[in-house]
Amino acid sequence: MILITGRSTKQGTGLNKGKDSRDYQEAVRTLEMNREDMARFGLRDGDLVKIKTLYGEATFTCRQEKLPKGMAFVAYGSLSSRLVGGETHASGMPDSKGFEVEVVHLPRGD
Amino acid sequence: MEIDNVVCAFCGCVCDDITVTVEEGRISEVKNACTLGRAWFLGHSSNAHRPSGTVNGRPVSTEEAVEEAARILAQARYPLIFGLTSTYCEAQKEAIALAEVLGACIDCCTSVCHGPSGIALQGVGEPTCTLGEVKNRADLIIYWGSNPAESHPRHLTRYAVTPKGLFTPRGRKDRRVVLVDVRPTPSARAADIFLQVKPGKDFECLWALRALIKGIDLEEDAVADTGVTLAQLKDLADRMQSCRFGMLCVGQGLTQSRGKQMNTTAVFLLVRELNGFTKFAAMPMRGHGNVTGIDNVLAWQTGYPFGVNFSRGYPRFNPGEFTAVDVLTRQEADAALIIASDPVANLPRPASGRLSQIPTVALETRESETTKIAKVVITTAPAGISAEGTVYRMDNVPLRLRKVLPSPFPSDEEVLSRLLERVKELKHA
Amino acid sequence: MLKIVQGEVYDPINGIDGEKRDICIEGGKIVAEVEGAPTIDASGMVVMPGGVDIHSHIAGSKVNTGRKMRPEDHRGDVVPRTNVTRSGVGYTVPSTFTTGYRYAALGYTTVMEAAVPPLTAKHAHEELNDIPLLDKASFPLMGNNYFVLKYIATGEFQKVKAFVAWLLQATKGYAIKIVNPGGVDTWKWGKNIESLDEKANTFDVTPRQILTTLARVQEDLGLPHPIHVHCNNLGVPGNYETTLKTMEAVEGRRIHITHAQFNSYGGESWARFRSKAPEIATYVNDHPNVTIDVGQVIFGEATTMTADGPWQYRLHQLTGHKWVNSDVEMETGAGIVPYRFSKRNSVNAIQWAIGLELLLLIEDPWRVFLTTDHPNGGPFYFYPQIIKLLMSQDARLEMLESVHKWARTRTSLKELGREYSLYEIAIITRAGTAKALGLKEKGHLGVGADADIAIYPKLDDPEAMFSRPRYVIKGGEVIVEDGKVVKDGLGKTFFVEPAYDEAIEGEIREDFEKYYTVTFENYPVQLEHYLPRHEVIPCG
Repeated sequence: MILITGRSTKQGTGLNKGKDSRDYQEAVRTLEMNREDMARFGLRDGDLVKIKTLYGEATFTCRQEKLPKGMAFVAYGSLSSRLVGGETHASGMPDSKGFEVEVVHLPRGD
Repeated sequence: MEIDNVVCAFCGCVCDDITVTVEEGRISEVKNACTLGRAWFLGHSSNAHRPSGTVNGRPVSTEEAVEEAARILAQARYPLIFGLTSTYCEAQKEAIALAEVLGACIDCCTSVCHGPSGIALQGVGEPTCTLGEVKNRADLIIYWGSNPAESHPRHLTRYAVTPKGLFTPRGRKDRRVVLVDVRPTPSARAADIFLQVKPGKDFECLWALRALIKGIDLEEDAVADTGVTLAQLKDLADRMQSCRFGMLCVGQGLTQSRGKQMNTTAVFLLVRELNGFTKFAAMPMRGHGNVTGIDNVLAWQTGYPFGVNFSRGYPRFNPGEFTAVDVLTRQEADAALIIASDPVANLPRPASGRLSQIPTVALETRESETTKIAKVVITTAPAGISAEGTVYRMDNVPLRLRKVLPSPFPSDEEVLSRLLERVKELKHA
Repeated sequence: MLKIVQGEVYDPINGIDGEKRDICIEGGKIVAEVEGAPTIDASGMVVMPGGVDIHSHIAGSKVNTGRKMRPEDHRGDVVPRTNVTRSGVGYTVPSTFTTGYRYAALGYTTVMEAAVPPLTAKHAHEELNDIPLLDKASFPLMGNNYFVLKYIATGEFQKVKAFVAWLLQATKGYAIKIVNPGGVDTWKWGKNIESLDEKANTFDVTPRQILTTLARVQEDLGLPHPIHVHCNNLGVPGNYETTLKTMEAVEGRRIHITHAQFNSYGGESWARFRSKAPEIATYVNDHPNVTIDVGQVIFGEATTMTADGPWQYRLHQLTGHKWVNSDVEMETGAGIVPYRFSKRNSVNAIQWAIGLELLLLIEDPWRVFLTTDHPNGGPFYFYPQIIKLLMSQDARLEMLESVHKWARTRTSLKELGREYSLYEIAIITRAGTAKALGLKEKGHLGVGADADIAIYPKLDDPEAMFSRPRYVIKGGEVIVEDGKVVKDGLGKTFFVEPAYDEAIEGEIREDFEKYYTVTFENYPVQLEHYLPRHEVIPCG
């Protein structure tokens, strides 16, 4: 799966309430995927899913959204930043969008 | 009490027509702001319960915190000053003076947002304009890798899509809006045309558009795997050449994905070449608050807009060498001063992790991921709410933030100025 | 308190031509006498008022974009910090601290920022506040302003006048700046204007109408400096005719033509490019209402930056160099293109000669001033080089031999034997410019003047002499010794406050709110925040 990180309204308003606020936390913990991909991984709305890269891992809650196949989206923040590496290819800018991730479905009840 | 013409510095739109109602020491109502701006104004309570400072988690006075911060920075060999987004220019100047005295690296959020746009400007230049030109003249707006509905809501309603201008009296009806992105965002609803490009394929599409503009015949396989068809690109090229005034708004989708400054270079070249046919401009959708301000102040005081180093006593610039993510990931920084920014939340873990290993000083208005790990925290008054000063809009128009609420805490400018003085004393001792 | 003794004084405003005189300073001003003051022994040295640069691009949005755009410009010219001075970078678009220090190190103490878009005036002032030591002022751009054009179109002169006065106050500006009148407005749709009688785009007004109206406004308001004009057709072969017509258009009212070299071209094409400096000089000689500054070319790197968007685009097309354009809503525009003037380039050689021709052919040094339109013609660091070329025909002939031959065959430079005296140099670099600007306390060393003084070693080589003053004094304090800055500080910003009928604010408000993207209340520059040290220069 390719992960896109970006802004969202809820993340934007949430961060004004504080990073510990429910709005912000919900925004940055929600991983959006389309229906087919969720089915492929055996995921249902609200399930927990672990996303892994070479640099780290983080647990998100799934939500079904209209997205292209093979792409997931999360509002950027303290969880998504665990997944991004520090290599900037001499640009100063890390690979923050469109990188490959591994999806691990966490069994329900965990 | 109602205060008019208040300036919002949450996003790069820097709307200055906000009306704020202040009652009993808090902001009780906000008019004209978008949902993000509203949250920004309303979300700023007085924070009076926060300690003036902490050292190793222990509450201290501002003076004690400044003293410890000065000690940490003065003895560092390769300190990093980072952030400076959510603060105003007069404070940014103090930070730069401090970086010079320390021989530090000073970098701002630009390096992880629109640094690639700045690099493209250095490579090929940039045809651009102020937002009023868009309002008054643009009949074709393209958002590429940008989701303004969620990042800059009033960009659509105050500047680019719906407002009625001098030569656009019918507002939305006088314009065509194109959105190019990897996924259908809420912004797609505002667009007439949505082109879904595959991740990492923006450069190929932009380059193909350059070819089409120049009248070069392309085969379908030139755009294979981009998610966009040749017919769609030909249609877009046609619209671009035949519009009266086109605007290409560049978002993080281009700066943060594969290609980075190559993507933005492709945009600026395309827009430059379109000026051979019609009037066209590009605009980086600068994000948070006063990130444009720090670019500007750094550029006029040091010659360079971000990623500046003073180790040799004069400014040097080199993305990848002096930019924050690199300096932290390579574990070069041995102390850090973070101002009005939350890198522990937002920078990649290999970089932000370093901030926990070295003594970090944070100037902040509220609790953040960075304040949680900082050795020294100094609480300051929020810019635009309790501290006034200059801010720059995404199109480089300067405005002045107002102070609408008192605060028990000093401004970033005052703290940085005291820190500078103290560091100078320690360095001379 | 300070006393300068035994120096050879050049103070043209007071008619002093090389006399040995003492200069007494107290309270930051020149006074008749002073007791017990420390002395500077200026034996063997030349004492002049501090330099006054009438046109330079040092502060504001387009200057800063020029900096951002050209990291390669900065790398080879680094300026480390000292105990006294901030660090920075130099070359064609220096950082702000370096700008102030380098001007001071040449003996300049007052500099005019030549072109500021009103919408971004706060930015210009922020940068001016970071330019140390110098006194300064800024010229807001008006020749393509929506409201100026609108009220010219409706024939409402009083409203143009009230608006201009209002705008000067809102921007804390000093003079009416006009760039490619009508053309920059037309460029907003990608087109340009090529003659004084073509109509601009937004309102059907011509450059001629813009020039005549604003010249009349300047006179009526009693502004200290005339309209400061960058003519239409800058840079274009054959443009000298436009320049002549521009000077004629104001029908005897005062006009200042800036960087006139770029507007003194003959020939219908680059292949036939030639100098028309003699024609321009003849007109200036015959018309005492005209002053000019030359915009001398310096061989080497330059960064062209003007509000003349169409011209800058054209230069990009000619050179292929990177190009910035920035149109400013309702007001003006800007364009930036790096450029290099080369001795072997036939056109550049003629351009170089033209600046010198103008300085040598215009007889009255009180009406022709030395500038390079920094950084368009080249950096201001080279003013001493130009001074040498003006003072020595030999130096000119030597340089003529080293440049493309068209400078010898298509200009009159090689025939010109005139050599400037120190007195005349003092006029074109300080006395004359101060007078043209209406800065009564600058540019001279009489009692009551600001104590801004440059003391140069008297050397045979004028370039060496003017490159390294022995002392520079600003407001009575020594700021430079032997070419090095020894004291930091902040100068004053001058502006004018012409009276106006406040009804104009109500008049413009409707269109302002419809077409601008900032509120009317947030538009003006707030004095208390942006001009920490300032002085109002009276009108009338």
